[in-house]
Amino acid sequence: MQTKQTLAREEAIKQPYPTERTLAGFFQRWLIKEGSAYAFLSPYGLLFIIFIVVPVLSAFLLSFTFFDTIQPPHFIGLNNYISLLTQDDTFMKYVLPNTIQFAVIVGPGGYALAFMLAWMLAQLPRLPRTIFALILYSPSMTASVAMAVVWKTLFSGDQTGYLNSFLMGMGLLREPIQWLQSPQYLMPIMIVVTLWSSMGIGFLAMLAGILEISPELYEAATIDGMSSRWQEIFYITIPSMRPQMLFGAVMSIVGTFQAGAIGVTLSGSNPTPQYAGQLIVNHVEDYGFLRYEMGYAAAVSVVLLLMVLFFTRVANRLFASDT
Amino acid sequence: MINKRLSRYTGIRNAGINPKGFHVSQIKFYVILTPLSALMLLPIIYIFSSAFKPPDELFAFPPRFFVVNPTTQNFTDLFSKLSTSGIPISRYLFNSILITVITVAASIMVSSAAAYSLSKKRFKLKKMLFAINNVALMFVPIAVTIPRFLVIVELNLLNTFWVHILPVLAMPVGLFLLKQFIDGIPDEVIEAAQIDGASDWWIYWRIILPMIRPALATIAILTFQSAWSNAEISTLYINEESLRTLAFYLTTLTPANATAVNTVAGQGIAAAAALIMFLPNLIMFIILQGQVMSTMSHSGLK
Repeated sequence: MQTKQTLAREEAIKQPYPTERTLAGFFQRWLIKEGSAYAFLSPYGLLFIIFIVVPVLSAFLLSFTFFDTIQPPHFIGLNNYISLLTQDDTFMKYVLPNTIQFAVIVGPGGYALAFMLAWMLAQLPRLPRTIFALILYSPSMTASVAMAVVWKTLFSGDQTGYLNSFLMGMGLLREPIQWLQSPQYLMPIMIVVTLWSSMGIGFLAMLAGILEISPELYEAATIDGMSSRWQEIFYITIPSMRPQMLFGAVMSIVGTFQAGAIGVTLSGSNPTPQYAGQLIVNHVEDYGFLRYEMGYAAAVSVVLLLMVLFFTRVANRLFASDT
Repeated sequence: MINKRLSRYTGIRNAGINPKGFHVSQIKFYVILTPLSALMLLPIIYIFSSAFKPPDELFAFPPRFFVVNPTTQNFTDLFSKLSTSGIPISRYLFNSILITVITVAASIMVSSAAAYSLSKKRFKLKKMLFAINNVALMFVPIAVTIPRFLVIVELNLLNTFWVHILPVLAMPVGLFLLKQFIDGIPDEVIEAAQIDGASDWWIYWRIILPMIRPALATIAILTFQSAWSNAEISTLYINEESLRTLAFYLTTLTPANATAVNTVAGQGIAAAAALIMFLPNLIMFIILQGQVMSTMSHSGLK
């Protein structure tokens, strides 16, 4: 089979390289040079264009229109963006600060946590590692409903809630706190719950990445006099798994900015009490599916996209491979 | 010959990290991981114990995590309800299994081929196409719900079997992850194979795919999960009962907002259904995550 292929290859080489300056010649040259790349790409590319690029582009175009889902959209230029920046008090006062606060803590926090846990798991033999990986990943696997019920039970607002009864039993509280309904506590609870469930696909990728690193690298480093595990992490582990680190970083950025369900499920309402847990995605839902202002909702999601892109660029700088 | 060269790259993962057995130095990791895991286990414990709770415990106040008097009543209720439905349950189950199997297999093939091209091929638009893929990944899914619906209507995919599969095959996350892993394969491996006369397809099938098995397993976990528990497509795009999935059917057994409504029987059935939907995810995770680990531990032995 091998020789057959070699023959076919030689045959292909023997064919004259098309040099005519016609369109057909140009196409033939392109086919030889880049044809196979596109052949591998095309099934994905086709589906991607139809089901992702077209909808995303139309959402982008919708952001320049007024569209209430009943009448056809009509073009209003940048008005959506202008009113978002100048008139949307809720956005400026609650949604944007909330999202930034949430993302700044949960993004890097969840990412660091995922990496540290993946690294620890990699130090264990196979069986306990699989068991721990399963457990740590399970919050991402269990449907959000089950998760919400668990946390609602813990933070239940009356004296029977686990946290309330615990604190009251300790004598730290006199009366129960409405954890999930008070603007003061909702955000911290959202942050804790999201951190708790942040061992997702990025975590699995980093775990696989760490396990992939050649032990020879560690041996060589030991011979060169590297002694502490911290040095090992920063000079060997992280540089050797840059692609996976970048993937994990992008996923945690995207994940935190696209988080939205959490505040609504915990408090049980959109908008959340006094907008305390309102994130950009809730804002999009609020306008798109409660007020049916799709154009405006699309504009908000474009702004969200720009924010995500900005932070991803930072991550790219950190982990971009040199090639 | 290619295999020989390959083993130079694949056959060196062993020792140090990914140890073979227990060592005293591992105790500290167990000390940290065990209490954390106890916290992470809560939802699983909850799903399992709720499924076996009798009604008075499901509505117990204060609520409890653990079941005191386990009963299989919820499952009996669920199955008796299933037997009275117009369409046999096996139809939904068959749909779900077929859809999940095709989606996982096709999605992996399609994404890994594209990832190979974007990682190892040389062509002009390469960087731009990868960037477009990542921008698409960052766009909030809910903002494209309506445009995507219109696309599916235009393509006449409403009420067809393929609407379950085609729209979800191109998964930007999958492409991104696979490309990152293929980036880690040294170019020399592929060049060596090319010199030996290997075709593109051979390189993709015999070198790239085996070397990124951990990534493939990871993506399979993700795809399986989303395909298996997808009730949304059945809700939005399907009107014909016989084309809907098990995940959808189980959501119809209980009132839309299962957490808020106080229908006693509904709650028990919902808890049992939740466990049935969850178990395949759990099993697949164990099998596939085992794949991630085994590639590493076996290749070191040769």
